[in-house]
Amino acid sequence: MPGKLKVKIVAGRHLPVMDRASDLTDAFVEVKFGNTTFKTDVYPKSLNPQWNSEWFKFEVDDEDLQDEPLQITVLDHDTYSANDAIGKVYIDIDPLLYSEAATVISGWFPIYDTIHGIRGEINVVVKVDLFNDLNRFRQSSCGVKFFCTTSIPKCYRAVIIHGFVEELVVNEDPEYQWIDRIRTPRASNEARQRLISLMSGELQRKIGLKVLEMRGNAVVGYLQCFDLEGESGLVVRAIGTACTLDKLSSPAAFLPACNSPSKEMKEIPFNEDPNPNTHSSGPSTPLKNQTYSFSPSKSYSRQSSSSDTDLSLTPKTGMGSGSAGKEGGPFKALLRQQTQSALEQREFPFFTLTAFPPGFLVHVGGVVSARSVKLLDRIHNPDEPETRDAWWAEIRQEIKSHAKALGCHAVVGYSESTSICEEVCILSASGTAAVLNPRFLQDGTVEGCLEQRLEENLPAGCGFCHIPYDELNMPFPAHLTYCYNCRKQKVPDVLFTTIDLPTDATVIGKGCLIQARLCRLKKKAQAEANATAISNLLPFMEYEVHTQLMNKLKLKGMNALFGLRIQITVGENMLMGLASATGVYLAALPTPGGIQIAGKTPNDGSYEQHISHMQKKINDTIAKNKELYEINPPISEEIIGSPIPEPRQRSRLLRSQSESSDEVTELDLSHGKKDAFVLEIDDTDAMEDVHSLLTDVPPPSGFYSCNTEIMPGINNWTSEIQMFTSVRVIRLSSLNLTNHALNKNFNDLCENLLKSLYFKLRSMIPCCLCHVNFTVSLPEDELIQVTVTAVAITFDKNQALQTTKAHVEKSLQRASTDNEELLQFPLELCSDSLPSHPFPPAKATSVDYSSFADRCSSWIELIKLKAQTIRRGSIKTTVTVEKTSPMGEGNFRNRSAAPCANSTVGVVKMTPLSFIPGAKITKYLGIINMFFIRETTSLREEGGVSGFLHAFIAEVFAMVRAHVAALGGNAVVSYIMKQCVFMENPNKNQAQCLINVSGDAVVFARESELEVVSTQQPAANCQPACTGGEVTT
Amino acid sequence: MTSELDIFVGNTTLIDEDVYRLWLDGYSVGDAVALRVRSGILEQTGATAAVLQSDTMDHYRTFHMLERLLHAPPKLLHQLIYQIPPSRQALLIERYYAFDEAFVREVLGKKLSKGTKKDLDDISTKTGITLKSCRRQFDNFKRVFKVVEEMRGSLVDNVQQHFLLSDRLARDYAAIVFFANNRFETGKKKLQYLSFGDFAFCAELMIQNWTLGAVDSQVDDMDMDLDKEFLQDLKELKVLVADKDLLDLHKSLVCTALRGKLGVFSEMEANFKNLSRGLVNVATKLTHNKDVRDLFVDLVEKFVEPCRSDHWPLSDVRLFLNQYSASVHSLDGFRHQALWDRYMGTLRGCLLRLYHD
Repeated sequence: MPGKLKVKIVAGRHLPVMDRASDLTDAFVEVKFGNTTFKTDVYPKSLNPQWNSEWFKFEVDDEDLQDEPLQITVLDHDTYSANDAIGKVYIDIDPLLYSEAATVISGWFPIYDTIHGIRGEINVVVKVDLFNDLNRFRQSSCGVKFFCTTSIPKCYRAVIIHGFVEELVVNEDPEYQWIDRIRTPRASNEARQRLISLMSGELQRKIGLKVLEMRGNAVVGYLQCFDLEGESGLVVRAIGTACTLDKLSSPAAFLPACNSPSKEMKEIPFNEDPNPNTHSSGPSTPLKNQTYSFSPSKSYSRQSSSSDTDLSLTPKTGMGSGSAGKEGGPFKALLRQQTQSALEQREFPFFTLTAFPPGFLVHVGGVVSARSVKLLDRIHNPDEPETRDAWWAEIRQEIKSHAKALGCHAVVGYSESTSICEEVCILSASGTAAVLNPRFLQDGTVEGCLEQRLEENLPAGCGFCHIPYDELNMPFPAHLTYCYNCRKQKVPDVLFTTIDLPTDATVIGKGCLIQARLCRLKKKAQAEANATAISNLLPFMEYEVHTQLMNKLKLKGMNALFGLRIQITVGENMLMGLASATGVYLAALPTPGGIQIAGKTPNDGSYEQHISHMQKKINDTIAKNKELYEINPPISEEIIGSPIPEPRQRSRLLRSQSESSDEVTELDLSHGKKDAFVLEIDDTDAMEDVHSLLTDVPPPSGFYSCNTEIMPGINNWTSEIQMFTSVRVIRLSSLNLTNHALNKNFNDLCENLLKSLYFKLRSMIPCCLCHVNFTVSLPEDELIQVTVTAVAITFDKNQALQTTKAHVEKSLQRASTDNEELLQFPLELCSDSLPSHPFPPAKATSVDYSSFADRCSSWIELIKLKAQTIRRGSIKTTVTVEKTSPMGEGNFRNRSAAPCANSTVGVVKMTPLSFIPGAKITKYLGIINMFFIRETTSLREEGGVSGFLHAFIAEVFAMVRAHVAALGGNAVVSYIMKQCVFMENPNKNQAQCLINVSGDAVVFARESELEVVSTQQPAANCQPACTGGEVTT
Repeated sequence: MTSELDIFVGNTTLIDEDVYRLWLDGYSVGDAVALRVRSGILEQTGATAAVLQSDTMDHYRTFHMLERLLHAPPKLLHQLIYQIPPSRQALLIERYYAFDEAFVREVLGKKLSKGTKKDLDDISTKTGITLKSCRRQFDNFKRVFKVVEEMRGSLVDNVQQHFLLSDRLARDYAAIVFFANNRFETGKKKLQYLSFGDFAFCAELMIQNWTLGAVDSQVDDMDMDLDKEFLQDLKELKVLVADKDLLDLHKSLVCTALRGKLGVFSEMEANFKNLSRGLVNVATKLTHNKDVRDLFVDLVEKFVEPCRSDHWPLSDVRLFLNQYSASVHSLDGFRHQALWDRYMGTLRGCLLRLYHD
């Protein structure tokens, strides 16, 4: 009997009127878990019943605890007829099953009905008493933590990153069972919601078991998806990265918002003390402790037979843009071997993570992707989902071999997706081929020396761009040049990746969202013919999407794509491709050449004029974009002393340096060649392509957008964030649809949607749309649906100040390395003593502050002296003043907001990012994974399709927030709307929508609040010292 | 290509104040878009008309969904569906319950019934306020009336508590409810010069002094209905004009005190008896519902108009009324001093407010 679940029903409010005669309701509640049901008394004649029930106790296996949701049904008692259901609440009790997360779930939950939506709220308290179970053969995996976040969560350090875990479970879809013909839509919807809830519980438990088997304790980058395969069933599948995580004891030890440029972290000397427990009371930086290593012996691979006999119709396409290169010394080669051997033991050396600690990524090869078209058949035995497993295994194998071809032994930023139309299904997988740092193979003890040596070998901020592949044996044609940063290794001319921009990457200017959009008509066909048609089209689509991306990238004057996500959607009569990525200018890569237009008929005078006109337009656009995204090395950086000369200058510099070497010619060649990106206009299609390139309107001034976590070049976010979901459906006029018209429609749809977003969010300027996530679906013949979820974050305009600050911090830290007297004192103090890094919260008040502050200030003074002796450049340390004033404002704002916050509903923030700007995540409460169905038979009365979906999405947000609040959290990070399936039948006045969302529930504290609580005294002491630093010259 | 569905849902509900105003003013989406275009927003933001259309639709949809909650503002605070910062919630509520001066003057003192609702068409044409907006305002009056109608405690407090309005707006609603309940006539031609503010001021004084709540704070409806006993007692004041000696004495007391201080002394002296008769008769008639309704008509007819025709400056009116009320205390034969003060204290305040062009 490993667990006791206790539930108490406290009260209800805002219930709907169920009895027309009295305008009141006689409500009672059924509490169900597994097969056990309890009931409260009927609370007669009230819309705000106070049940105040006893504790209902369920004694259950922990296996059930993981699988089953707690089901709470609110009903209206009726003496003469059947009781009417008001609505339900499903509560996932998983967060209560691991010790560090929530201990109690308590709060108001919206009562949800699949036909009527939210109908009032209910106050529930849930607790779990877990008994220790030492059974070896247990089926449960209680205690394994799950995170949607695709990086190491902020309050943890990774001890070991084990690697890829995957699982899928299948079942029959209740909507397609025979019983569905006789039951009500409500019963059918509820059966579906319940089944999916059960299946995801089971899936999570099974993944957890795998993690335990690998000796891990957590899954990071957990991504769970549903495939609604219609007749053939329902598949719930998940992938993730198994890790062993250690909770950091001091919550204040994290970087402010993970986006602070961590370039300087390299300067932090390695801490001799390998024991992570030493920083239990004081502030510390997480970085030195984030020792990531693979457990070399532990490798888990799932048994899956590769003897598949089903028809595989597509030649899976592999795509890569990347690099090759000569390897450094023999030392490196050795390490590489070690890495490889350890990774090769795994069946799939994949990582769902997209952000890594500095130094984790050695080289990035490029994007690898694989697609496969399958015909769905009924899943005969749900317990043996072999076919689906085999399909995915095949694709993963493909990915692995693509990575190998790029000279990489691992795939990072890995993800999988499907698109289903009738009985055809496209499976897609993509990731970024990469070489990982061998140091992560070793145990923490040897790490020190390795790291030190590596630091020497690896130049900062460009290492990951260096090609991992042998130059003489390139997998695809690419123009190589010497790295513009270190000038030692070869780099490709462009780099495409699916990961976030590494924090240590040197970027010039800002980034921007780049999208390639494509439609292709396809004949309607059945089964195999259809699948064949699709698989024939796929390679062309991939190619065109790639070309479009490349052109748009060049048009922006940039040379690398991050966060690339290509979605291919299949419909009855068309295929859609949508690729989104964030373009940036990597300082290490060569300046992209322009786009040249060449005509086929050079004799025609007017034609030539037209061509030259277009060429001019393109050149103008490139110039304009360069200005817009500040793709010029900022002058301020040079003043500060960071030697990043203009790319042009640098290349010249390089040439002169290596004049005597025989590599000169080669370098010159590649330099000259990279300009040669020629667009040939030989037919109208090509002409249209060029036109469409130019139609993308840049966002209005004050706006930036990207689909990665953060925008390169912006790091002074304010705390004002707005997460939103926008959905658009357009109906195509079916008359003579051509590929061209289709493309234009689709392009307009996306562009207009973006324009609308910019307009709606104009009050947040200056602002950046981050993590812009587009999803396309084709619900019907002539309908295109685009769903966008993103977060708008306001940033501080005074960018320059920030850069200055970062540099000063850097110099201070650098100075600290030399400061031997203080080595016994944690160096992290450096960052903490600066106002931007708050001290730990109240918990740490036991520390003697006065002495602490004294040490702090004296230390600062020492640094100041050091700085005087070491740095000759001008250090502008107006930082303190500059930094404290915005914070003061922050406090003020908080305080002024407090009095009007008399509302009982606490604010819950939602964001698709893994962090909250200006705040620290102090606790992860567990994963939120919710699935809702909403149906209506009175579409017109609910405001048509827009009204219906608007209300539903608002309700979904509300239910997510309520669950987070009940767990004691105040935010959801890494929020994602994985599915939004909308179907309508306006003639019947009906519509149905399915939404699946997930994220991590967290508790965050504003940095300013933490500051107020714990740092008043030291800050007061620090300030004079810091201002003293101003004089330093 | 036609847009089938177009929505934007923020975790924090976006409220555009300008669009909210247009919505409250009852403009259709099309009219609102046209008005926004005219405001020059397209030039400012570089947006297209289509974007504006979509944005307006979206806001209208949001407001439509919020309207249900705005009918019971505490619900807006406790609901979980729309995350709205408290300051924005307050703004939504305040603006929703705000009303147009022109409109309120049309319905002030009228029964808030279906019959009046039917007249909204005419009011809309007359005032130029859209019918939709008229309906909203009328329904707001009616809703507030219904909720606070049979409640204990201060009218203003009740309105504030159940509708979360600002103090100022709650007071206005108290006046509207009070007028509706007592059906004071405010629409007569000779009352047209009076603003809603004038009436609201009077209402507040009357609620404070003439209702049941003024003497007993533990009764239902205490601020809504006038104190019947008090109205009955007012008959006793008749003696002030009926008894000729008393009237003469009163006049001489007032004249002696004001001689030389009043610019319109002679006019006052000549008119004293008429004015006094008018004021006292108003009091004695208040037992009849019909006369209660005509209170303001009578006050204007019997006092404001005569003084105005003689061009009394406001300062003289104030001096006169002060002296007129105070002198009664020196009338030995008059025993209803407290009653007089309760009546005249309020009436003096009202008259001074009503006395303007």
